[in-house]
Amino acid sequence: MSDNGINRRRLLVAGALTGAAGAAGAVTLHDGERGADPRTYSGTMPWRGGAADAPPIAEGGTGYTFFNALEQAFLEPALDRLIPPDPAGPSATQANVHIFIDRQLAGPYGRGDHYFLGGPWPKGVAEQGYQSRLSPAQVYRLTIPAIEGHVRGAYNGKLFKDLAVEDQDKVLKSLESGDAKLDSADGKMFFTMFLQNAMEGYFSDPIYGGNKDMGAWKMIGFPGAHYDYREWVGRHNERVPYPPVSIKGRPGWSET
Amino acid sequence: MATRLPSVDAVLVGFGWTGAIMGQQFCDAGLNVVALERGVWRDTPTEFAPTFAQDELRYMWRHHLFQNVADDTLTIRNNTDQQALPMRRLGSFLLGTGVGSGGAHWNGQIWRFLPSDLKAYSHNLERYGKAAVTANDMTVQDYPVSWEELEPHYDTFEKLCGTSGKAGNLNGKIQDGGNPFEGPRSAEYPNPPLAWPASPAMFAEAAKKLGYKPFPHPTGNVSKAYVNPLGMQLGECTYCGFCEKFGCGNYSKASPQTTILPYLMAKKNFTLRTECEVLKVETTSDGKHATGVTYVNSAGEEFFQPADMVILSAYILHNVRLMLLSNIGKPYDPKTGEGVVGKNYAYQTMGSVNVFYKDKIMNPFIGAGALASVIDEFNGDNFDHSGLGFIGGGYIASMTTGGRPIEMIYTPDGTPKWGMEWKKAAAQNYLRSSLISCHGSVMAHRGNYLDLDPTYRDSLGRPMLRMTFDFTDNERKMSAYMVDKAAEVGLAMDGASGIKKNYRKGSWNVVPYQTTHNTGGAITGDNPKTSVVNKYLQSWDVSNLFVMGAGAFPQNAGYNPTGTLAALAYMAADKIKSDYLKNPGPLVQA
Repeated sequence: MSDNGINRRRLLVAGALTGAAGAAGAVTLHDGERGADPRTYSGTMPWRGGAADAPPIAEGGTGYTFFNALEQAFLEPALDRLIPPDPAGPSATQANVHIFIDRQLAGPYGRGDHYFLGGPWPKGVAEQGYQSRLSPAQVYRLTIPAIEGHVRGAYNGKLFKDLAVEDQDKVLKSLESGDAKLDSADGKMFFTMFLQNAMEGYFSDPIYGGNKDMGAWKMIGFPGAHYDYREWVGRHNERVPYPPVSIKGRPGWSET
Repeated sequence: MATRLPSVDAVLVGFGWTGAIMGQQFCDAGLNVVALERGVWRDTPTEFAPTFAQDELRYMWRHHLFQNVADDTLTIRNNTDQQALPMRRLGSFLLGTGVGSGGAHWNGQIWRFLPSDLKAYSHNLERYGKAAVTANDMTVQDYPVSWEELEPHYDTFEKLCGTSGKAGNLNGKIQDGGNPFEGPRSAEYPNPPLAWPASPAMFAEAAKKLGYKPFPHPTGNVSKAYVNPLGMQLGECTYCGFCEKFGCGNYSKASPQTTILPYLMAKKNFTLRTECEVLKVETTSDGKHATGVTYVNSAGEEFFQPADMVILSAYILHNVRLMLLSNIGKPYDPKTGEGVVGKNYAYQTMGSVNVFYKDKIMNPFIGAGALASVIDEFNGDNFDHSGLGFIGGGYIASMTTGGRPIEMIYTPDGTPKWGMEWKKAAAQNYLRSSLISCHGSVMAHRGNYLDLDPTYRDSLGRPMLRMTFDFTDNERKMSAYMVDKAAEVGLAMDGASGIKKNYRKGSWNVVPYQTTHNTGGAITGDNPKTSVVNKYLQSWDVSNLFVMGAGAFPQNAGYNPTGTLAALAYMAADKIKSDYLKNPGPLVQA
């Protein structure tokens, strides 16, 4: 429906990169990381027509690329306890939050590209924040089986997905509070990351695979990636009537 | 071995706000200048295009424009009894990197400090006595700079940025609608204030009812098209709500990119090298003269860049670390109180009040980085602190920076963080709530400082910087006082059905975002025994080394730092041009 704009942008980026090879002072597109080529600029404003540091678009489809079957069986019911279905808006899985987290963990975020993970790793105090040696992908991979092990022990060999929703909530609350003692995993640390990732998937731009049809934005009344509210800034206590728009447009905007 | 490069008049280490300011000032004076930036080139059309800049996940939560802690971080602890551990993920502050650095993703809040902020020690001593300035092991000091000296340089920066606001004190005459507490200004702001969406307008009305004098937040989000004194053009802000933590795609936010770089980059006597990390300031064997800097580029090649002047214009944490790594100045020792480099690290005390409405639509997504109505009755020493048990203060503002939903959904007290109850509260309150910020000072304390970590090293093998910091009762009492005052205004807002108070309690925690206003460690003063640089930001030990930025603040005031650090940079540039170039050497006799 609206992939044309994105493909065009990707082509522009590819063209800019190809064209950069022979041009002095060319802009190197990057992902905010170190490791771009050193460059020298003098006597001119660097300018590359048509180049853009466009966002990374998540792989399409609704199949998993990161989570295995056991992890999927925990992930989906757990997400729908964090954000349950109701008439006001989609549940987490209805909004494809599970797909969002899957794509995130398969990519740079999951690898911990923006975490410092070097040692040594003493425990520290809460004020010192994240002190694990694990990347987010490793946290999920190690913790979900440990949670299922804890559930099996506490609920007669059942899996999380087979618990009554009240018991599922109890398990999640005991992870949140740190009361659940897991074998070789930190349930509280996992829960903090899991809840954050769930909110990210629910409310981020749909280009990352979650927030399907911008359902979460519709629920709260956020118009999304608009860029101009000048005519609305002085109109107080009025609903802005625009339907939400994503970075890749909205239904009806683009040629299909 | 490092390759030796041809010598230049000045080398700039870091290319954000102060690097761009000094580069422009020096190049216009005919100097040959090289800037070394460890990050990449960044410009509006390629990096912040309005077709993709409004992306909360990528910029805020995946840190696309911020320093990557995987490459470089620091260690943190609350006190010397703890072992400092690495900041493994950005949280409390969001460090910049790349051309423009924090100046590209800042809010655009352009404040002047109060005249009494510059005399925090002597002013409070005189009014409240010795105990008030020494309680909680406070090590508060005066700036060696007067309001009258600094004022013209504030004006220069405001005009560079097209600052939008309303003067409150024009040449000593109090002006209606402005901040009546500000020091006398020589000129009105170059642009009128931004328009107020619902929350700032309602806050201003409530504040007036309570007898306060609300005024528009001075902002580098420009209210109309503007051409600055360098000929750079800015466009009218569109209130898109993706400003703080984002680059502006609309040329509406003052940044090095929009206000200086097109002018400076065209100069033949200016060279910028990106992906070049400075390792060390090199000095003569007596340690009294800088010969240049050694740096390594991303291809792993090492260079020595000789220079007549070395300007440290990176972020304060990097400037201080570079001084320590280069053995310049005596490191501060909190046990003895001796030494200066790393001394008086300070931060900002952030509190807030959420206001909820049953049926008012606030449209929080209509925002800009520095769009607010403000009261200044409880900032600095604008109120009588007798018997309150603290000094300092801050401004109270109805800030509307945007309504980015991962970060900015506010729910009433007692709402769970997930589940059906959370979901209903999120759906009900997103459009029907607003935020009042309490932006408070942090005084200097003996135990808050920066030094080199004994254990952790960066990817280049150098010791990380170690930050030892905590709030004290001075800050906690101030936060409680300010939040309670803010709550009174919140409750008086038309249609308010409830509030939630968020005090700054307990110890400093690196996890929740607070603010990127780290200050001190390379403080300015009038005595080499108690300060790192003189009033012209010139090192007392190495007279051809100048250290820019908020590292110069002896303690932090209740305002955002950029206006003051830019004014200090312009003052230093003026003095270097008028005196130092003719007669290099100490500009202030110790």
